[in-house]
Order: sequence, then C-alpha cells, then structure tokens
Amino acid sequence: MISQELKNALAKLAVNEAVVPDFKDKGFHLDVAVAPDAVAPAAEVMNLAGFFLEAITGVDWLAEGQMEVVYDYNHSISPGRVVIRARVSRATPELPTISAIYPGALWHERETHDFFGIVFTGHPDLKPLLLPEDADFHPLRKDYTS
Amino acid sequence: MNPPSEPIRLLAFLIGLIIFAALNAAYLVWLERKVAGHVQRRIGPKEVGPFGLLQPLVDGIKLMTKQILVPDHIDPILFRIAPPLLLIPAVMSFVTIPFSETLVARDINLGLLMIFAFASINVLGILLGGWGSNNKYAVIAAARGVSQNVAYEIPMLITVITMVMITHTLNLNEIVRQQAGGIFNWYIFRWSANPLMLVSFLIFFTCSMAETNRAPFDLGEAESELVAGYHTEYSGMGFGLFFMGEYANIVIGCSLATLLFLGGWQCPFGLWPGVHWFLIKLYLLIFTVILIRWTFPRTTIYGLLNLSWKILIPFALFNLILTGAMLKIWPLIFP
Amino acid sequence: MSVLAQCDSKETFVLNLGPQHPATHGVLRVKLTMDGEYIRQAEPVLGYIHRMHEKMGENRTWAQFMPNTGRLDYLSALSYNHGYVLAVERAAAIEVPERAEYIRVITVELNRISSHLVWFGAFILDLGGFTPLLYAFDDREIILDLLQAVTGSRLTYCYFRFGGVYNDIEPDFITGTLAFIKRLRARMPMYHNLVTKNIILVKRLKDIGFVPAEMCRKYGATGPVLRGAGVAYDVRRAEPYSVYPELDFDIPTHPEGDSMARYLVRMDEIEQSMRIIEQACTKLPNGPVMAEKAPKIIKPAKGDYYAAVEAARGSFGVRLVSDGTNTPYRLKLRSPSYSNLSLFGEASRGMLLPDALALMGSLDLVIPEIDR
Repeated sequence: MISQELKNALAKLAVNEAVVPDFKDKGFHLDVAVAPDAVAPAAEVMNLAGFFLEAITGVDWLAEGQMEVVYDYNHSISPGRVVIRARVSRATPELPTISAIYPGALWHERETHDFFGIVFTGHPDLKPLLLPEDADFHPLRKDYTS
Repeated sequence: MNPPSEPIRLLAFLIGLIIFAALNAAYLVWLERKVAGHVQRRIGPKEVGPFGLLQPLVDGIKLMTKQILVPDHIDPILFRIAPPLLLIPAVMSFVTIPFSETLVARDINLGLLMIFAFASINVLGILLGGWGSNNKYAVIAAARGVSQNVAYEIPMLITVITMVMITHTLNLNEIVRQQAGGIFNWYIFRWSANPLMLVSFLIFFTCSMAETNRAPFDLGEAESELVAGYHTEYSGMGFGLFFMGEYANIVIGCSLATLLFLGGWQCPFGLWPGVHWFLIKLYLLIFTVILIRWTFPRTTIYGLLNLSWKILIPFALFNLILTGAMLKIWPLIFP
Repeated sequence: MSVLAQCDSKETFVLNLGPQHPATHGVLRVKLTMDGEYIRQAEPVLGYIHRMHEKMGENRTWAQFMPNTGRLDYLSALSYNHGYVLAVERAAAIEVPERAEYIRVITVELNRISSHLVWFGAFILDLGGFTPLLYAFDDREIILDLLQAVTGSRLTYCYFRFGGVYNDIEPDFITGTLAFIKRLRARMPMYHNLVTKNIILVKRLKDIGFVPAEMCRKYGATGPVLRGAGVAYDVRRAEPYSVYPELDFDIPTHPEGDSMARYLVRMDEIEQSMRIIEQACTKLPNGPVMAEKAPKIIKPAKGDYYAAVEAARGSFGVRLVSDGTNTPYRLKLRSPSYSNLSLFGEASRGMLLPDALALMGSLDLVIPEIDR
C-alpha cells in the first residue's frame, strides 16, 4: 500500500490534486500528474521509497496539442501501483531523463522516443531500439499514417 | 604360398585402414544417432535402408556433392590444409594398432610413442582451421581447443609413462601379450603393479575424451556458444573431413584404452584371443563415450582446465610416484 | 584482414552474437565487446521481429485485438490473453462467471507448465545437454493436446473472451489434465535426479550470473528472476485476480540470486502450478462460461485502466487509455522479458562467454514478446 509520506512527498511535486482511484476499477492505487521538469525528482522520491519502474509510455493527445508521458511504478514488497504522468507540448516534446536513477528507464525512454518522438534530455543514447536504426518516423503519433 | 612382400602388404593395410577409418566415421555417426535417438525417446534414422543403415552413405554422397563454400578474407592455404591435417594423423595412428596378434600394419617397437606423436598433430589442424577461417567464433574455438589439448596431454602422457614403467615396453603388441590369461591379468585389474590402476584408467579415459573434443568436453565446437566452433566456415567435404578426423580420433583413443588397460585382443577368460575381442571391447568403450555425450551437459573451459590442472595432473603424478616406488619395493619384499 | 588486426589497442574485439545464433532462441542480437573470452560490454540489439502490436491495437476494435495477444509470447500465450481480457473487463466493468474464472486458471496454469518445460529443455540445451529437451517436449506435447481440444490451437491461443471463455471444457479435459499431473509428478524426480543434481550443471549454475534484488528493482525485472533473488513478488498474490485468492499455493523463492536460484524457482513453480490445477479441478463449479450480460460492442468509459497478470516470465501489464469509442485510444503492453533482458548488459559485465549465455538462458527470454 502507498504510505502517507510518499503521498505527501509526491503532493509537493504534483501540479494538481493527486487522484486516488478505486483499485478495482482502475488497476492502480495513486495517480499523480507532475510538471515535466518534476519527473526526475518524482523518480527520486519513488526510488527512495523502494519502488521499481514497470514501464514508461506515451500518449499522444492530438486534439489538445499535447503529449503525455506515463511512468508506472510498483513495489515488489508492499505492492502498490503509482502512476506519474507529465504533459509536454506536442511541438517541442522534451523532458528530462530518469535513467540516472532507474537504469531500466534507458530502454523504456528509447522506446518512447521511437514511438512518439519525445526527447528525453540527458539520455546517453536515444537511438532507435525497436524500430530500424534509420527510422525517422514515430508510428504511435496520432497523425502518423504509413 | 609365400607371404606377400612387405611393400604390398603395407599398401594393402593402408588401404584397409583408410577404409576402416572411413567406415568407422560413417557408422559411428549412424550409431551415435541411433543411440541418441533411443536415449531421447525417439527412433533415430530409419528411412534409408533397414534401420537407416544406408543413411551414412547418403549423407556421405550429400557431403561430397555439396558445393564447398570458401568465404572471403580467409587464409587460402591454412583454410585448405586444416581438414586433412586433422584426418591424416588420425589415420596414420592406426598403422601401429594391433587389431590382433598378427593383424597389425607395422609392429614397431615405438608404437605407443608414434601414436602420441601423431595425436599431437591434430591440434594443429584445429588451430589452423580456426585461425584460417578468419571468424571470431572459430578463433575462440581454436584457442580453446589448443589450451584444452595442451592441458589434457599432460595427465594422459603421465599415465602412459606409468604404464610404460610397468610394462617395460612401447610396443603395443607386447603390452597386450603381457595381459594374456584372463580378465585379472588385464592391466586395469593388476592391483599388484599399482593399486590405483583403476584410477589410471579413468584418468586416461577422461583425457582421451577431452583430447578428442567429445562432450562433455566439446568446448571447441560448443554450438550454444560458438555456433560450430572451429569448423563454422567449413561446408561440404571440408566439414566432412573434420568430422571423419574427429571420429577417427575417438576410435584411436578407445583403441589405446583397450590395448593398455583392457587386454586388447585377449579374451577375458583366456580362450580364443583374436580380433573379435579387440573390436568388442573397442565398441563397448565407444558406446560408453556416446552415452556420456547424450547424458551430460557441457563443462566450461575454465572448469575443464581446472579439472586437468588441479585434479588430474596431481593424481597422475601421484600415481607415477606410487608406481615407481612399488616397482622398487616389490622386488625387495618378494625377491 | 585477420581477426587480431581488427582489435584496437586495448585488445578487445566485438563479437556479434546473433541475430541468428543457437543460444539466443530467436532473433535477438547481442553486441559483445570481448576481452578474450571475458565480456567487457554487452549491448542487446532488439527489434528484429517488431510488429508494432500497439499501433495495431489502436486500429481495431477491442475484441479484434485478442488474437494479437496470443502472438506476443508464443510459449505462454494464455497469460497474455488473460492480461488483456482483465484490462478490458476492468474498463468495461464486465463480470465473469465463476466457472469461466476456474477454466481460465486451469488453462493458464497448464500453459505456464508447458512454458517452463520448454524453458527447462532449452536452458539445458544452452548448457550443452541435448536430451532433457526431448523429455520436456514429450510432457509438453500432452499439454498442447489438452489445450488444443479446448482452445482449438496449439500455440497462439485466443481462447478468452470479455466476460468468459470461448467454449466450455469437456469432462475429458479434466480427467486428461489430472492424468497428466499424475504423470508429471512422477517425472519430476527423474528431472531432478538427472539434471538438477548433475555435477556439471551445478558447477555451471551455482554462484554464477548474479542478479541481486536491487538490480532487479533498478531494471524492473519481475517473475522468476526477481523470485530467484529472494523477493516473493507474484502478481497472483500481490494483486489477486481471477480466483487465485481461493486457491492455496506458495510463491517459491530462492535468495541466492544466481543462475541456479532462477532454475530452481522455475522448477518449483511447475510443482505449484500442478497444485493450483488440482485444486481448481476439484473446485470447478457448474454454470455458464460466458457472462450473459456481456455487451457485444465494448465501449469502455473514458480514462486509464491497468491490469497485470503473472505470466510465465514475470509481470505482464496492459495499460489502456479509452476515449469511449469502440477502439482503444492507446494500448500499452508491458512485457516482462523486456525488463528482464534490459539488465543483461550490467549483469554480464566481466563474465565469461559461456557463463553469460547461461545467465541469458536463465532469464528465459521470448523474443517476440520483447520486440512486440
């Protein structure tokens, strides 16, 4: 379960009220939206609390002109899923990397860059992971047509 | 009828030995596949001929008619001489092996020495094949093959020296003759010469398996690590020669174990010695080797070298000293 | 140019392991920077069978994506079916009848056993032992026959439906399953005697290929890799789904974190899965296998949904973003092998090539699931 200290620490970084959904309906315990530059501090908080990183993914909100990056955290000893999300503008999708804190994020960020073209500043090597090495397209953007 | 003159006799033997080596390679593959099949709850080859007996023939034709692919950037000379270099010494070793008291191409006094001289050449074939292929897997395999051969030649030779100290001869026929008169005169059970004779045999047998790159010591061709090891780049008959050489080496190794420890062509109960006993013992040993291959996983190169340098060599040396001491002390007690 | 000439001044060389290599079990490529037989650096290169399942998901209806989930992990496809139906059922608030839940558990656990059996054979094959593979396949064949009778396919299953399963099981299936478990129980001691206790195997796995719990956490590794490091994390217990809370089973853990620990965890899991199946077969209630009120056209409410299952390789998660239409807006598949492989670069540093391949085998990789 999510401890109160963690909730407080994340509340300091959140842009608006953290959502505590019903796990049965949603499948996660805490949903926190943060500013793009608060992604790394949030990862630091999660790291100190002993969480592991399940995945990083993006969502393209074409209508709103925004891209969302979603970080799924989970704890292996006292299970609790925490979702941290940050929105960046679609024109310049940039946010800092958390690979220094979670080396597992190296691949997830590369994959998100492949699919959405979101640039993770500070990532040591953002070359395509799943797409061909000369790929210059981002297939999961909603305006992508093959 | 006069006995045939020496050159003709030798020529006949050489042709016979080459055929023997080739047939052995062919039918040991068949045997290996059959045994593997039955170990693994399947049948093995069965389509070509009765019990799949013609399978090796068909495989041989396939290998011979296949195009020999020669990759770019290889060393053209080394790449081509490596397969014969592995096969020819193996076939040459057969020259001194006494199949029976009379069935031996050249009954020379230094037979044992000659076999080891030839056996040391085959590692050159592995090295040159791997190096000449200019393939990284092949080079790693060649390096492994060499270190493995060097490591295992030592305990093997020490054990052979022990045997020579006991038998006082390097003539293989003579060694077998000394083991006449039943199973307890075989050197493996000659407790009086050295109480650790069984250990000697095990060291020798392990080493000969390692020398011939057989599983669980087949690190030179560990397919899950090095694809196909030193013969990765070989196709068609180039690969076929490596293959034949490997099986010829197995036969040589098992023949030596039979001759030195299991009484060669002697009968276990002292009756009707002859070539059949030699072949029975030889193929039983080969069968054991095949069973071991399909039972055990592969060791690693450092596990292999540790086994040699830390266990086999000290044991072999101890054995040597013990034998020497026994040879000196025994006559004092029982003059 | 000879091999040595390609080496730089530090005397390392690059060994290209794959995309076709006997030890990678699929089209994985690992770029190894080697110093002799020691690995200086290992960089997995992915994407050789990338099929963009996530984009496919955005272009078809919720139900049409079902067959894709069977093609992620060809060895335990039913777990991936299960993860996806759980996510959609959560999103669309569909209730599943109890009989269907039990059938799901029985088939998923059978599939887990078959996956572990293939891994067992292939792993020993990586270590140079050929024979166990054939025995494992012999057992697995029975599972495939059983599952074929129920699902209609042998490998890429598409058996679950939103609100239940495609069709009911026959009584033959239950008897066949129980007979199979009896057979496998009798054969497990043979596997342990012939393989687990083999001195060469022990020497190759024990104290080699450490993946400690902290490394698992940093890379997000789950499943037997994490349990082999002593952490008893299993989605079936951590976030109970289906009827797992009603079944009695243990989470096997081994604290050593070496290749042997991961091997033993999987072997123990086969035993636990057998226990689960036996209980589920006895408790199997009568009733429908499909929810009667399950809607034909699924239109989940707007929002994010997440569902995770314990697949044979670890935690498989599905993140859905619905915009209220009949197609997913975004469908993210979190596959366990992907995270498990990502730690290979760090874990294999300084290891010998054969040991590193033993480590890779003990991670139990299925490449289509990594590449998606």
